[in-house]
Amino acid sequence: MSFWQDPIAVIGQLILDLLHSLNLPEGWIVFIYTLISVVAVASFGLLLVIFLIWLERKVAARFQDRVGPNRAGPFGLLQTFADMVKLVTKEDVVPEKADKLIFNLAPILSLIAVLLIWAVVPFAPGWIGTDLNVGVLYIAAVGSFGILSVLMAGWSSNNKYALLGAFRAVAQLISYEVPMLLTMMIPVLLARGMGMVQMVTVQDTWFIFLAPAAGIIFLVSSIAEIGRTPFDLLEAESELVAGYHTEYTGMKFGMFFAAEFLHAFTVGVLFAILFLGGWRGPGAEEIPILGMFYLMIKGFLGYFVVMWVRSTLPRIRIDHMMAFNWKFLTPVALALLILTALLDKIFAGTALRLPALLGANLVVLALGYWISTLMSRRQAKERTKFKKRPVAKPA
Amino acid sequence: MQNTWIFVGIFAAIAGVFPLLPIVAARFLAPSKPNTIKLDTYECGMETVGDTWVQFKVQYYIYALVFLIFDLEVAFLFPWAVAFDMLPLFAVVEGIIFILILGGGLLYAWRKGALEWS
Repeated sequence: MSFWQDPIAVIGQLILDLLHSLNLPEGWIVFIYTLISVVAVASFGLLLVIFLIWLERKVAARFQDRVGPNRAGPFGLLQTFADMVKLVTKEDVVPEKADKLIFNLAPILSLIAVLLIWAVVPFAPGWIGTDLNVGVLYIAAVGSFGILSVLMAGWSSNNKYALLGAFRAVAQLISYEVPMLLTMMIPVLLARGMGMVQMVTVQDTWFIFLAPAAGIIFLVSSIAEIGRTPFDLLEAESELVAGYHTEYTGMKFGMFFAAEFLHAFTVGVLFAILFLGGWRGPGAEEIPILGMFYLMIKGFLGYFVVMWVRSTLPRIRIDHMMAFNWKFLTPVALALLILTALLDKIFAGTALRLPALLGANLVVLALGYWISTLMSRRQAKERTKFKKRPVAKPA
Repeated sequence: MQNTWIFVGIFAAIAGVFPLLPIVAARFLAPSKPNTIKLDTYECGMETVGDTWVQFKVQYYIYALVFLIFDLEVAFLFPWAVAFDMLPLFAVVEGIIFILILGGGLLYAWRKGALEWS
């Protein structure tokens, strides 16, 4: 195995040999080795943020027919570093009436929640922080910390806009977590396991072909989960100033900011792992660095869709958003789960598995769309039916 | 087996240290000139009226209740999905009936108007 094919394995072996040559007890070697790999994975996540912020600004600028950051460094690549220096040297204002402890804890927790997901992301064959056998459940559990940090931030600020934003955020995030969890279960069902490595290795046919409707619902509810436009009700600036982080300044605001960007990309990577086959691609098994390349390409594809949606659609109203979740996404996700379970049991191991599941998905999606348009039409009719129209009266 | 969770434990600790570093750095680098107006609650320049932590619209809690039902459902269904190969068709149908009962619960909440935002 040469360095250029699998740098992580080579470096890992080097570090292990070095630790063994120091004659440390076995427990310490395991501990230090784990510590080094943890720091490597976590700093990869954080370094990614710097690049992501630049990329998002560039892409958003192109969507709006602008150039984007182009002064600091080549193509404005150093812009984010300049912003970081600025944020560090900004005064950190903690409002007098705030609940200090919770106020200071919230931004840290928001970044922890996102970083923890990266512990189980399989980058390439053999490149994974740790292959938990409950990987998907772990991601669902850790992701909930983000909601907690939003509520902590909004509540402790002692500011009406922040509290209102936090309440809205929690209502939105927990609501959209339901279809997200339900559609995350469909890959688990198809893979017969929750481990992230297993999830990737069983995807000889990508799950997006077995469950396209589930993939779309997962992506939509994930966009709501990261609070991006069109679902950015939690920080709607025209109504709520900045939502839950109104009172935050300097680096503490920077933590929320970094967490949001990293979460957006994490959603792209999760979509790639659950539905697009993770690091699978030609030659990825032999040359792990290629697998990493494939995963990043797929992850950026998902991230690009998120950015695309963000710069295309306007914000939707909160009652519409809740209705869309509870009256469309959740029932469709439930129906999909039932159909997938039934069809996968009946057609397991036969050639009909792929067409049956694909057809069922498309039928459910079409039916759901048809029923929802029918209902919204009926609602619109009822709204206008009994309404008294203003009539000009003679004076 | 045990090792995988050691990793998660260390990861959680390190993930806590990483966001702490820039915040601590900012404490040393950033100026600190507090005054009464700056430390006041920022509500678009208006003076704050009354208490912030008041009773809130009940609708939020109803959503939370409905969420709780489905979150628990998912927790029960994950083992069912993992052991899918070992299940006979009967157990699969049983799982589906379980989902359908919860779907009925969603329908009930819907008819009761618990899902209306108004």
